[in-house]
Amino acid sequence: MAEQRKVSRKTFVNWLLGTSLGATVVAALYPVFRYVLPPEVAEAPTNRVLAGKLSELPPNSGKIFRFGAKPGILVRTPAGEVRAFSGICTHLNCTVQYRADFQHIWCACHNGHYDLQGKNIQGPPPRPLEAFKVDIVGDDIYVTRGA
Amino acid sequence: MKLLEKLWRALDERYDLQPLVAFAREKSVPCHRHDWMYYFGGLTLFFFLVQVATGVLLLLYYRPTAEAAFESVQFIMTRVPFGWLIRSIHSWSANLMIASAFVHMFTVFFSGAYAKPRELTWWTGVVLLLLALGFGFSGYLLPWNELAFFATRVGTDMVSKVPFVGHWLLKVLRGGEDVTGATLTRFFGIHVAVLPMVTTFLILLHLAFIQRQGIHVPEGEKPVRTRPFFPNFVLREAMVWLVGLALLAALAAFFPWELGKKADPFAPAPAGIKPEWYFLFMFETLKLLPAKVAGIDGEILGLAAFTLGGLFWFLAPLWDKRRARGERNPWALAVGWVVLLYIASFTVLSFLGVFK
Repeated sequence: MAEQRKVSRKTFVNWLLGTSLGATVVAALYPVFRYVLPPEVAEAPTNRVLAGKLSELPPNSGKIFRFGAKPGILVRTPAGEVRAFSGICTHLNCTVQYRADFQHIWCACHNGHYDLQGKNIQGPPPRPLEAFKVDIVGDDIYVTRGA
Repeated sequence: MKLLEKLWRALDERYDLQPLVAFAREKSVPCHRHDWMYYFGGLTLFFFLVQVATGVLLLLYYRPTAEAAFESVQFIMTRVPFGWLIRSIHSWSANLMIASAFVHMFTVFFSGAYAKPRELTWWTGVVLLLLALGFGFSGYLLPWNELAFFATRVGTDMVSKVPFVGHWLLKVLRGGEDVTGATLTRFFGIHVAVLPMVTTFLILLHLAFIQRQGIHVPEGEKPVRTRPFFPNFVLREAMVWLVGLALLAALAAFFPWELGKKADPFAPAPAGIKPEWYFLFMFETLKLLPAKVAGIDGEILGLAAFTLGGLFWFLAPLWDKRRARGERNPWALAVGWVVLLYIASFTVLSFLGVFK
């Protein structure tokens, strides 16, 4: 009986020390875990930007513009129509460009091709580029999200 | 001479150093037809030491912010006396270190040295290679040039494909949603503090395992003659290090490492962009994969295959039990050849421009 009580006391102390140690480790690691994850920076959502000037965008050309913190691409088709898409390749996050010789959008990183509707037509990109709405006011090209 | 002897006696009296001397006298290394492969682990260590020395020197002028990083490397290369040489050596030595580590790994694999009882030596070795690749990847961003910027965008985006924790990992690595100055600061910390600490510890562990168990002798080469470790093997290794140093100096002087153009987050990825040569086989494979394979995104399938393949390679001591019994294992040899030929052929074909 006495033997049994001795063992259970030892077990109890071990359990107490073990959980205290565990709790100390968790208490030390939790702030570290939270610290390495960067805080959310409150950013006013950008929904409409002045992306460029029509006079600076001849037919069969394209340009990258800033859409908030992300790149977007303006394309003027050979027929003269202006379109806008997200500039981020859906494959692995590179920034796409307009290739006048292909007459469509191309990503240099892994040779992905998109047509003038932003649809992935060749190479590894799995999805089309997000399309934006384009408004032309005089010479100014405005791009709006949620076309 | 008298002074050195006196110093030695004083130290020996206090710390009992005689057993260490006796140990160094007795330590020996086997000699056989394939003993050339014993020098590549040491050569990798040599390049690592060069990295530490030149890395410390670069730290004197380098500034880890998006605004100043490119300019500070430019300053090192154009204004600091021998700055171009130090940076060029650091870049070339990184590449030679990884090349030497690859040679070391394949010789270990083909000679079956990973089998029981040396599992932990193999595992620490593979982790060291991954750490070396981590050094390469994190260091590549530090000059903040165009190529590095997109290589980091692509490389960190791959991490986001990890199931469940991918997005969390991406934010931890990038210090936010996008590759920005915050990413540069994090990569700098990882490159100059975290990785060196972990790597140094693992190198010591790796060497301790080899010291404790003795170096592996391939089947069919036993019994073997031995040569004293000191001075014979050490002098031979020193010759290999000298050849490594000569190669490094020649490459650094005749082919100084380019700096390229400063990164612009709002410029398209430049044509002809590609990663360092040791990532080329993965890069070309990802380019070849179609958008969808059986309804799954091609790149997810590719990345999953690389992860499983790497895990299979890592676990070699567990699936190859025949080697541990001292038998030949043609399957293991076939796996080694397939992996070697795949990596080598894709790398060479990429350099030849076959995939364009």
